[in-house]
Amino acid sequence: MTEPRLNHPDQGCGGRREFLGTAVAAVAAALTGCGKISHEEFLQHNFKELSKDEVLSVIARLEKEYKEKFGKEVKVATTPPLPGVIFGYALDLSRCVGCRRCVHACVKENNQSREPEVQWIRVLELEKEEGVNLQHADQYYNPEEVPREGHFYMPVQCQQCKKPPCVKVCPVGATWREKDGITVVDYNWCIGCRYCMAACPYGARHFNWGEPHLPSADVNPDTHYFGNRPRPKGVVEKCTFCIQRTRKGLYPACVEVCPTGSRKFGNLLDKDSEIRYVLENKRVFKLKEDLNTQPNFFYFYGV
Amino acid sequence: MTSLRTFGQFITDTFRILATGSRYYYAWIGFLLLLIAIGGGAYLRQLNDGLIVTQMRDQVSWGFYIGNFTFLVGVAAAAIMLVIPAYIYDWEPIKEITILGEMLAIAALVMCLGFVMVDIGRPDRFWHIMPLVGRLNWPQSMLAWDVIVLNLYLLLNWFVVTYLLFCAYTERHYVKKLVLPLVLLSIPMAVSIHTVTAYLYNGLAARPFWNSAILAPRFLASAFCSGPAILLILLQVLRRTTKLSIKDEAIFKIAELMAYTMGFNLFLTAAEAFKELYSGTEHMVYFQYLLFGLKGHTTLVPFAWASILCGLAAFILFLVPKTRTNWVTLNLGCVLIYASVYIEKGMGLIIPGLTPDVLGDIYVYKPSYTEIAVAAGIFAIGFLVFTLMLKAAVPMMLGEFTLTRGRRAAEADPT
Ligand code: SF4
Ligand code: SF4
Repeated sequence: MTEPRLNHPDQGCGGRREFLGTAVAAVAAALTGCGKISHEEFLQHNFKELSKDEVLSVIARLEKEYKEKFGKEVKVATTPPLPGVIFGYALDLSRCVGCRRCVHACVKENNQSREPEVQWIRVLELEKEEGVNLQHADQYYNPEEVPREGHFYMPVQCQQCKKPPCVKVCPVGATWREKDGITVVDYNWCIGCRYCMAACPYGARHFNWGEPHLPSADVNPDTHYFGNRPRPKGVVEKCTFCIQRTRKGLYPACVEVCPTGSRKFGNLLDKDSEIRYVLENKRVFKLKEDLNTQPNFFYFYGV
Repeated sequence: MTSLRTFGQFITDTFRILATGSRYYYAWIGFLLLLIAIGGGAYLRQLNDGLIVTQMRDQVSWGFYIGNFTFLVGVAAAAIMLVIPAYIYDWEPIKEITILGEMLAIAALVMCLGFVMVDIGRPDRFWHIMPLVGRLNWPQSMLAWDVIVLNLYLLLNWFVVTYLLFCAYTERHYVKKLVLPLVLLSIPMAVSIHTVTAYLYNGLAARPFWNSAILAPRFLASAFCSGPAILLILLQVLRRTTKLSIKDEAIFKIAELMAYTMGFNLFLTAAEAFKELYSGTEHMVYFQYLLFGLKGHTTLVPFAWASILCGLAAFILFLVPKTRTNWVTLNLGCVLIYASVYIEKGMGLIIPGLTPDVLGDIYVYKPSYTEIAVAAGIFAIGFLVFTLMLKAAVPMMLGEFTLTRGRRAAEADPT
């Protein structure tokens, strides 16, 4: 079975994988179009409820599937939150020039679908005279050269809220906030109702409207179950502060790539971290503070 | 044991009624099946390619499907419009038709669940949302609440309808002690399904257009206009095509009640519009998008005004006793109010709630062919369910088809 598991419409409804011989599986098969899911996948329970052994078998199954699909080894980690760590992020609005390098580094690192392209960071071009007024924001700006006269730039991604409305509304508990402050999605449990997208005040959640297309050559094989592992169609995804990197002590890809050093990241519980330095010495604000989502993502004017 | 056998008989006899009918009956069923096939084909394509075949995108992540869902929850809830006066005030002429309201509720709920099912990205994971087997995020998530109340309401109505018909079939009088509490229970249940559905949107602080305290009252008020409008037309059709006797008095009484709810509905809408437009905060943009268009995008504007004008015209037609008791103007009013609420509770609620999006982006949403075809298929399923229920229920209610009489008649029938 080295056949790619991408479902092309012209392949028809051939039974390629083992199925439960039950009516339930038949219904499930019917509901996925042509039944491209195995019964293990169909019956997999919410990640939080899996035993250690079940987690191991889920990971083995996923790695096997990815290998079949992309023809290369993809590691799926389940690294838990580090003790004594809550991640915080700060973004310097006076430095950001709106080059969107973070946007593309993010897509590359996190295995987003390239066609259609899913982007977790949206950079807003705002008018200096208006300040942070979202009704005057333009995210499709495309000048010859940035920054544009009279404008400044505000990247927006998941704000890792302390009181995340997206978590509250999810009808099946497919998304939750981890101990290190990262809100994650179980892509194998999400039913794709998109209620969380309606609830998020920052447009941070993105839906796989079609089958995600990720060329094998572009796959980042170093993944995490809650982070950048390749996603199926019909589920929601979002920024996880590069959970696959940050839980290993690395910076998120956007922090690393930013040419102006606008992005600061670190452990809010560590007195000597850069993020704590920003909170101490700069005056920060949170986007849409009035909604009481209490982001761990701060904006500040460095100069 | 015998009652079980009788029930089996009831079921087979019901199927026998359903299978026989006039040419028009077959044509109508055939037409509905055709629509269902078209919708089914479109849905298959959606299953294969994903929701990308709709026009929904990240900015406007809910659209036509959820709009129809919301509207139909209102229709389902409106059954109580007839049950309340019938049972609380013991008003006889309406009583006989409450069963019709309940059947309408069942059909509407079937469509509601259908619209939810086609809207989710992973229908193969529907079991995740089932209590006990899945993992329902209750009581936190309003959607979890909605799943529970909608299914309970469906079960309740289905039970009452089946029970009443079974009694009619076996020529027994129904046990009042059983039916009355259930019918009374359906009143708060109907209010709750619509309230919970309103709260679904209402609770989202991220969407100022929905985050208004009078959203739930507005839902109820508009449902009490559109639901009975369907019933009024239906009652007239049934009077003509069957031997069911429905008094003029009953119809006019419902129409009068509707006039009040329509007035109230208009008042609530005006209250909301005043608050937004007069205070003129940034939250006004959503109303602006709906009523006047924003930055040159005016897709919703004609619909919004059509809804308002239809609502006003219908209100006047229902308010004036002369037009209310004239069949032509009464039916015109029904159509107008139905159209008005359909626009308002469908696209007029969902789309401006999401446009501009949370970061100020304007994505102009219009349903795609697939969305319209799938929706037509679901409506056809609803109509089919309703037609079949009526087909079986009417002769039973009239006492024409019972355990003794119906069977003999059916057996005597050479076809
Ligand atoms: S920004 Fe949005 S997606 Fe991220 S935690 Fe907050 S509500 Fe959830
Ligand atoms: S789309 Fe997925 S994560 Fe979002 S609310 Fe629905 S089930 Fe939960």
